[in-house]
Amino acid sequence: MNIHEYQGKEIFRSMGVAVPNGGVARTPEEAVEVAKGLDTDVYVVKAQIHAGGRGKAGGVKIVKTIDEVREAAKELLGKVLVTHQTGPEGKEVQRLLVEEGSDIQSEYYLGFVIDRATDKVVLMGSEEGGTEIEEVAASNPEKIFRETVDPVLGLMPYQARRLAFNINIPKESVGKAVKLMLGLYNVFIEKDCSTIEINPLVSTGDGGIMALDAKINFDSNSLFRQKEVVELRDLSEEDPKEIEASKYDLAYVALEGNIGCMVNGAGLAMATMDTINHFGGKPANFLDVGGGATAEKVTEAFKIILGDEGVEGIFVNIFGGIMKCDVIAEGVVEAVKNVGLRIPLVVRLEGTNVDKGKEILNNSEFDIIPATTMAEGAQKIIDAVNQK
Amino acid sequence: MSVFIDKNTKVLVQGITGSTALFHTKQMLEYGTQIVAGVTPGKGGQEVEGVPVFNTVQEAKEATGATVSVIYVPAPFAADAIVECADADLDMAICITEHIPVLDMVKVKRYLEDKKTRLVGPNCPGVITADECKIGIMPGYIHKKGHVGVVSRSGTLTYEAVHQLTQEGIGQTTAVGIGGDPVNGTNFIDVLKAFNEDPETYAVVMIGEIGGTAEEEAAAWVKENMTKPVVGFIGGVTAPPGKRMGHAGAIVSGGEGTAESKIEALNDAGIETAPTPSEIGETLIKRIKQEDGLYEKCLTVK
Repeated sequence: MNIHEYQGKEIFRSMGVAVPNGGVARTPEEAVEVAKGLDTDVYVVKAQIHAGGRGKAGGVKIVKTIDEVREAAKELLGKVLVTHQTGPEGKEVQRLLVEEGSDIQSEYYLGFVIDRATDKVVLMGSEEGGTEIEEVAASNPEKIFRETVDPVLGLMPYQARRLAFNINIPKESVGKAVKLMLGLYNVFIEKDCSTIEINPLVSTGDGGIMALDAKINFDSNSLFRQKEVVELRDLSEEDPKEIEASKYDLAYVALEGNIGCMVNGAGLAMATMDTINHFGGKPANFLDVGGGATAEKVTEAFKIILGDEGVEGIFVNIFGGIMKCDVIAEGVVEAVKNVGLRIPLVVRLEGTNVDKGKEILNNSEFDIIPATTMAEGAQKIIDAVNQK
Repeated sequence: MSVFIDKNTKVLVQGITGSTALFHTKQMLEYGTQIVAGVTPGKGGQEVEGVPVFNTVQEAKEATGATVSVIYVPAPFAADAIVECADADLDMAICITEHIPVLDMVKVKRYLEDKKTRLVGPNCPGVITADECKIGIMPGYIHKKGHVGVVSRSGTLTYEAVHQLTQEGIGQTTAVGIGGDPVNGTNFIDVLKAFNEDPETYAVVMIGEIGGTAEEEAAAWVKENMTKPVVGFIGGVTAPPGKRMGHAGAIVSGGEGTAESKIEALNDAGIETAPTPSEIGETLIKRIKQEDGLYEKCLTVK
């Protein structure tokens, strides 16, 4: 789960991580109010959307007067920002962060991630602030420094210190940088984060160290114990179909294509998309109905797939292991009855009671195209969609 | 022979009184697995499906000689359950539970560093040695005894592969689901090593997916050490970057963990990959036919 930059900064501030003074605004008037409360001669007005690359897309304005803050807010609110992370349709700006400008001396990168190779939290830092860390990793890998954290001890001050020296933070500011890193580690652990990225971290003219940006990702498996974090969720930033799917415990990811997929199991669901792609089709989604696909879940899954206007055909691919194929077939027929069917539907069933399952599909009043293998099913749905 | 488990393995079920665990306990018993104990705190002294229930893993182990635990405990309590197995010095903990907080797993892995307990999973279908012992949630009937080992990050994709093998007359030794989480126990290399050392296993199918670099590391290990033919499949060529594809670990981030990189690493290590999951069986057969008489030796299913 992602949150906005201003929410991340509020968490930082509450846990002793230095950030610029500022606040959120949903209207130009609110922006002016926030600006009036700041003691500065430079204001930064930043569009709040869940995507990186806002600066390059014109989503960040640096201004000098309260009137200019109002103008900047008017311009940004309601604007659709297109960045390299939003996709071509972009995202509408509904909230702004208004904060004090900083007297930046140098920019750095800091990040906490869970490293899959060591199964531990790793702190990464680089003096190439402002640049995407992936780019630094590709062009100057020697400029990225890492500290692996023992979960028993937590991040140790010497590790933070070593990293600060490695990325060339000015000597007189190292103490502040260490405090900031230790604070960030506490945020990471206490809030069950999966990544925290600060890009840039800056040193300022008065020897300060501050997080100018805050990108926090929370582990969705931990939300049951992070009630305060859940309240920060901004549903307008998420795909409505993905929200709907999550209510029924369905794993759904919207894609660009025209063939809807319904599959049991994440690995098989991914492989089904790949198979459609392999035969020249375009999958419209990833959808895992789970190992125990019930009729209710299948019905909801159909509704979600059909809610996507781009879908021109549906491929159901179920390996009935513990769930028997006849039960699944009944679920599919029931679901089709409930939601109606105006586009081609290919069903591939395999596993326990597969013959009974196929019989149920064949005897139904609906035109359901059967398939024996995943490859055959993929080809059949592609043909059916192309013939329309 | 087989790897990790066989017909003599004594198994305890943690969380046995929950509905999912009960269902699968029945299925495992029907398969012939020796389920000797269950553990549900507070329900010690009861019996379910003829299996005695204990309050703690330690007690269950001492009373029954169980050496392997299968965990169906809900996610908020699953890390605790794994650590309890390690503390009781079990040989193996197989954790089926999905959605365990990743920072819980970071702590668990740290605790396991100097313990003898092998963790499989979490978020996995379990481990099955065909016709001997089934521990987990996989459909038992598709697995038939033979000489091919299977290791996979995905449940249903494993069933798909095993089913194809069995249909083609190719039986299996053991199928190990290592799970779809970013921080997990037993990895590809652990299982490949075990298959390499198992005299009954003649060839291996490995099934990976996007996210992390476990497949690349496994490929490098195979290139250096493996003496048996390996074929593979990698899921997620079409997955968009930055999106989690169901499994918590299945995500391409920062240009790392792409299917292309994994396929390239596998092929580079001499591991042929199936172009579609429907061709995993075929790919294995094509590969073992290159070895003199191997295909015939692998044909064990009538």
